[in-house]
Amino acid sequence: MTEAAVWDALAEIPDPEIPVISLVDLGVVKSVAVEAERVRIEFTPTFMGCPALDAMRTQMEAAVTALGGEPEVDVLLDDSWSTDRITPAGREKLREAGFAPPAARAEAATTLLQLQKAVHRCPYCGSAETRLDNIFGPTPCRSLRYCTSCKQPFEQFKTI
Amino acid sequence: MTARAQLLIELADDELILGWRNSEWTGIAPFLEEDVAFSSIAQNEIGHARALYDLAAAELGTDADALAFDRKPEEYRCAPLVQLRLVPDWARTIARHVLYETADAIRIERLQEHEDAELAGIAAKIGREEFYHRLHAEMWLERLAGEARYAAAVEELWPYALGVLEPELRPALAERVGRSEVEAVERSEPGEEFAALWEEMTMVRRSAPVGAQW
Repeated sequence: MTEAAVWDALAEIPDPEIPVISLVDLGVVKSVAVEAERVRIEFTPTFMGCPALDAMRTQMEAAVTALGGEPEVDVLLDDSWSTDRITPAGREKLREAGFAPPAARAEAATTLLQLQKAVHRCPYCGSAETRLDNIFGPTPCRSLRYCTSCKQPFEQFKTI
Repeated sequence: MTARAQLLIELADDELILGWRNSEWTGIAPFLEEDVAFSSIAQNEIGHARALYDLAAAELGTDADALAFDRKPEEYRCAPLVQLRLVPDWARTIARHVLYETADAIRIERLQEHEDAELAGIAAKIGREEFYHRLHAEMWLERLAGEARYAAAVEELWPYALGVLEPELRPALAERVGRSEVEAVERSEPGEEFAALWEEMTMVRRSAPVGAQW
């Protein structure tokens, strides 16, 4: 069993809440190390209160077991996950599914005014004429925006 | 118990109980956006509590659920500010939200500088999420500043807000809030208001047989 084979298997696992992207697209797999049968995965969770975390972990363990390995998933409780870890392919898949991908992590802390004024394109019509409706949305990782051009509400990934 | 475990449990208790109190708005907030916001903030706070309990549990040889649900009411260390049941008073709820998030930011910033890499790491992660809570609190502060009911609520809760922080961090809170330090309502054995919350919060856990699988 090679590390590449494990990465390929993990790339087949859909995100439990947004199944258009995989766990690898989402950037939650920080590293994979294979030593004989033992497969150690460093898992860097998205939001700490995300109810999908347990499902992600179970599915990663199942994927390794299916390859004939013994999984060991280490959950990292640090700042190593960021929305900047979402892959370019993952961002494109999000956009196609109607989720505006996150902006890049800024050097300095964002202010409320910047968040309200930031240009976020509508994933449906591409217009920049969108406004922030609610910082919070249906899951911790999303905000709600509204496109004043095509009148479509849409979900925006929060930058973390 | 080490000072480290004590610190983690105090923080986790604050986040768990505030998350619980915030979730009391689910379904009954003044409008739908706030229903979503308070529910989402509650979910984040409880997520932080779980991660903090996990770190404490690794040190104490137990698990996060046992720390969250198996202690007696008098063993919780949460600050009196988070114990208050404030539904259906929106002005006091927003006053607590603004004061708590401001106080919490100060201690999380401090913890990010901690020499213990695990504590610093978890604080940095929590800080990223709390940032959105502060923006939300700030939005409400702008709307309610100058309202008499809101001012009265801040006046009432200010001694409680100071009690969230260690004495050495209180001057920083007074400066950010723009008020003078007064005598704080300190952490102590939780009272009857907390006992009622505890009854409800631990009901499922207490009624399930040990080792029940969900």
